[in-house]
Amino acid sequence: MGPITSRLATMMTPKGWAALAAALLVFAVVLPVLNLAVPPGSPFHLPDFAVSLIGKYLCFAMLALALDLIWGFAGALSLGHGAFFALGGYCMGMYLMRQIGERGVYGHPTLPDFMVFLDWDELPWYWYGFDNFGFAMLMVMLVPGLLALIFGWLAFRSRISGVYFSIITQAMTFALMLAFFRNEMGFGGNNGLTDFKDILGFTIQSQQTRVGLMIASAVALALALLVCLFVVTSKLGRVLVAVRDAENRVRFLGYSVTHAKLLVFVLSAVLAGIAGALYVPQVGIINPGEFSPANSIEVAVWVAVGGRGTLLGPILGAVSVNAAESYFTGFAPDLWLFVLGGLFITVTLFLPQGILGLLRGLRDRLRGTARTPVAETAGHA
Amino acid sequence: MPEDAALTLAEEPQGSGAAPAPAPSPTHETLLYIDGVSVSFDGFKALNNLSLVVEAGELRTIIGPNGAGKTTMMDVVTGKTRPDHGAVSFNGDIDLTKLDEVAIARLGIGRKFQRPTVFEKLSVWENLDLAIKDRRGVFHVLFSRLKAEQRRRIEEILEVIGLADRRHEAAGLLSHGQKQWLEIGMLLIQDPQLLLLDEPVAGMTDKETERTAELILDIARQHTVIVVEHDMAFVRDLGAKTTVLHEGSVLAEGTVEAVQNHPRVIEVYLGR
Ligand SMILES: Nc1ncnc2c1ncn2[C@@H]1O[C@H](COP(=O)(O)OP(=O)(O)OP(=O)(O)O)[C@@H](O)[C@H]1O
Ligand SMILES: [Mg+2]
Repeated sequence: MGPITSRLATMMTPKGWAALAAALLVFAVVLPVLNLAVPPGSPFHLPDFAVSLIGKYLCFAMLALALDLIWGFAGALSLGHGAFFALGGYCMGMYLMRQIGERGVYGHPTLPDFMVFLDWDELPWYWYGFDNFGFAMLMVMLVPGLLALIFGWLAFRSRISGVYFSIITQAMTFALMLAFFRNEMGFGGNNGLTDFKDILGFTIQSQQTRVGLMIASAVALALALLVCLFVVTSKLGRVLVAVRDAENRVRFLGYSVTHAKLLVFVLSAVLAGIAGALYVPQVGIINPGEFSPANSIEVAVWVAVGGRGTLLGPILGAVSVNAAESYFTGFAPDLWLFVLGGLFITVTLFLPQGILGLLRGLRDRLRGTARTPVAETAGHA
Repeated sequence: MPEDAALTLAEEPQGSGAAPAPAPSPTHETLLYIDGVSVSFDGFKALNNLSLVVEAGELRTIIGPNGAGKTTMMDVVTGKTRPDHGAVSFNGDIDLTKLDEVAIARLGIGRKFQRPTVFEKLSVWENLDLAIKDRRGVFHVLFSRLKAEQRRRIEEILEVIGLADRRHEAAGLLSHGQKQWLEIGMLLIQDPQLLLLDEPVAGMTDKETERTAELILDIARQHTVIVVEHDMAFVRDLGAKTTVLHEGSVLAEGTVEAVQNHPRVIEVYLGR
């Protein structure tokens, strides 16, 4: 085996690779065909609303995966990941706004409607460049990444951890929410950015574009999963386990705990930003509500429900909790928050390894092989 | 090795109070130089004007009653605790009081803690892999893979510390003595210039203690080692120059025999 193939083999078993390829085939080929090529009358037709829903869930799954990297593997529970998601979303939203051009209500060639409405007569400097897709995508990664770098550096250098880290990240997303609500910030105030027309020249409302965005989300999620797997199976992954175990001892071995956490935090923020950027064109709007502290807490619930420190679990958690939410808000919207709270408590008390832990336990029992879960890479704080 | 003086004790008359040993001065062979260091916790002086010189290549044992400041001395050297006064220098002109734990570890000062702390969730092999001498930068750690020669080195150390057949087990499952060995193995594989061992045989059986003494003597052939211990049989086995700490400063220094026969040492420590 060459060095690259042997490295890939340490990331996943051959079965794992096969499962990933199969999942990609389903989301990037089978489902699009069922939606676009199978006629609506057929029982095999995938309805349009399902495509939008799946696309959204894939973005949430990527956000949960990102949080698991920093929480599940570096032990730092960020309750501000919604902010990175929203920032990525705003960067994408800015690109989409600039694509509107003269088609806005006021027909201004460069200024988005809300700026014309505010009587602004030129584009603020920080909107420059966003008409270029490449630049906007760079910002999708750079803005959340840079915020995480500065914020994380201040926090980890001062050895802020545990609940204090969670609280200051909540404060961060709350402060951003208040800032983005202000009209003078130049991001559309409480209405946010919306009324998008097209992306890369494709009409955003067309079903083909929607399917394209779902495929893009599936591919992005798969790549993000591979990046996370690469990190956690590297020596850095073992340094992180050691940090969770005995942070001080790691320092006396000469590893910078600050740098290790910072790298993972920044990477995680970048992934969250990409997820947000894929989310916005699929839902057609980004507004300051995405920064709401409750959103970030909900992401932590997805991760906990799915199985913290397992990468795969949080993906399952995000999808199943959101599916349950869609279902409940259909007939009993008032009940949903209680269900969510109850779910979180149940999982914390009875399923420390989440859904994934439960599934693995069942599988092992069915096989009759009582493998000890201690051997899993997942650990507890 | 500087076996020059059989007795460099502060020859003080018995009961004359705590006259400190004469402050030593560094030579060009000096690796670690602690000069007039004081550390206090809430007014209590854990280290009181402590001065200590360790030559390159030396094996030094440090003894002293509970609370004498032995662990605190190691804390100061490794950057865990900042001294209130005094200087600590390494390798001539590196001022350790200005550096943090990570920087000091990277300079080549390794430490074994009084309470064994291995990474319980990682396997024995992974513990050694983390400790192995290599670049510590975060990007290097992200992309690096073990080289064949490093694998051989881990195998070697596994043999030395007698844990070869438990390499894949979680370190948390080892016995107390085995954890101590694993930690010594981690120090060895780190290959530091200076090793600080805080009570390496605490909780070991006599046989384990004997083996550990052999191991440390072996390590000391190529490294500068400072060992803190209470076990006098073990200290005698090591047969090195010994410093006695008492109430945060040096009470006596010399060969094991000289120190053992020193009346003040007997009074405050050995005679209890
Ligand atoms: N962080 C701290 N805060 C307050 N007091 C401390 C702290 N660390 C050490 N001390 C005190 O300083 C004194 C010296 O402690 P130290 O651990 O250095 O002793 P020692 O010589 O290693 O003793 P032992 O043989 O019991 O390990 C003790 O009285 C201890 O209680
Ligand atoms: Mg001690």
